[in-house]
Amino acid sequence: MTLTTVLTALGALVLAPLAGGLLYGIDRKVTARLQGRMGPPVVQPFYDFFKLAAKKRMMTSRGSGVWAWAYLLLTMTAFALFFLGQDLLVVVLVLAFAGGALAYGAFAVRSPYAHLGAHRELLQMAAYEPILLLTVVMFAMETGSFTVCGVLAAAGPLLPALPLTFLAVLIALGIKMRKSPFDIAACEHAHQEIVRGVYTEYSGRYLALIELAHWYELVLVLAVVALFWAQPLWVGALIAAGVFLLELFVDNLAARLRWSWMVTAGWGLGIGFIMINMVLLRWLA
Amino acid sequence: MGLVATSRVKSPWILHYCTGGCNGCDIEILACLTPLYDVERFGILNIGNPKHADLLVVTGPVNWKNADVLKNLYEQMPAPKMVMAVGACACGGGVFHNCYNTLGGVDKVIPVDVYVRGCAARPEAVIDGVVAALDKLAGLGRGEG
Ligand code: SF4
Repeated sequence: MTLTTVLTALGALVLAPLAGGLLYGIDRKVTARLQGRMGPPVVQPFYDFFKLAAKKRMMTSRGSGVWAWAYLLLTMTAFALFFLGQDLLVVVLVLAFAGGALAYGAFAVRSPYAHLGAHRELLQMAAYEPILLLTVVMFAMETGSFTVCGVLAAAGPLLPALPLTFLAVLIALGIKMRKSPFDIAACEHAHQEIVRGVYTEYSGRYLALIELAHWYELVLVLAVVALFWAQPLWVGALIAAGVFLLELFVDNLAARLRWSWMVTAGWGLGIGFIMINMVLLRWLA
Repeated sequence: MGLVATSRVKSPWILHYCTGGCNGCDIEILACLTPLYDVERFGILNIGNPKHADLLVVTGPVNWKNADVLKNLYEQMPAPKMVMAVGACACGGGVFHNCYNTLGGVDKVIPVDVYVRGCAARPEAVIDGVVAALDKLAGLGRGEG
């Protein structure tokens, strides 16, 4: 680990909230335009964040506050590990623990709405975790290394060899971004189902912490998408931006699916695509 | 205005509760969310959870059955918070004035900051009411209200 890597990771940690917040702002603007509305300003997520952070502290259970912090810190850990060029498997697993923390926080209170949301959050994780883990395995099969450094040092881009894996990652991205048709546990915007699902009992600054963690998470997941074309990296960044916009369109085109459909899509289509990709690669090699 | 005050004014999240009016005002409030009025332009979101809300928008005259529910919702909102009574019923009973089953206005149960008149209140009037509430909110310090 050189000094440059450490500085890159620190820079990314500082800049990611800005980028993530702006991306969510763009998300709200694009969504509003697709619905024939003006939409809020692009910096709206920052207004929301500061307003929430300055609200009076109100808690139903001390546990949920601790888990909200855990969600943020674990997401930041995964983020830092990624930008330090570390093992992708560790990144995915720490991110999974972070997602779990959000659900455990909702379990720490007695509200049935929060519990329902938490169950659904765990189901979402069950649907997308195998896809992310298998994607890392595919990266390793192609580049011979599990680390981000290894992928960056590979001879050529991964996308030509892993097109079906990329499709599977798109499904995981939809679930991770909490977008229709996969916004089962709680979606980001004004539309609501069973109050606010997993966020029901978080309020004020804890909701702000969760918002901040979402920003890190979004940038991290898009960075994983960018790894599919890391030579040169700007093509990967363009692909990630394109995928982000595509996700917004899908969000506005699709209706919410039932959770059983989400698990079927995640496991059937997602894992299926990756398996076919794996077999084809071996067969062609 | 400081960063926090600006953010508060730019991002009021609304909780909407009907205490037994005729639903006319509720329809007008929801009309504010349509593309024609699009209150999300101002960062206003209709949020279904008192713990996330900044502004409680109440319609209807409040009856004996739901006075407790209204008080409960109000108490679950973290400060700073505002209450807006929309429509003649919510302001003072309206057409239900002096009915044996109603209390006659939201301010009989919880403190009200802004009154919006009309039966039904027009969406423009509702938006004006939100702006008045925001002016009041901007003047509050941290954790007050
Ligand atoms: S003020 Fe008039 S329109 Fe509004 S809820 Fe009451 S009766 Fe209905």
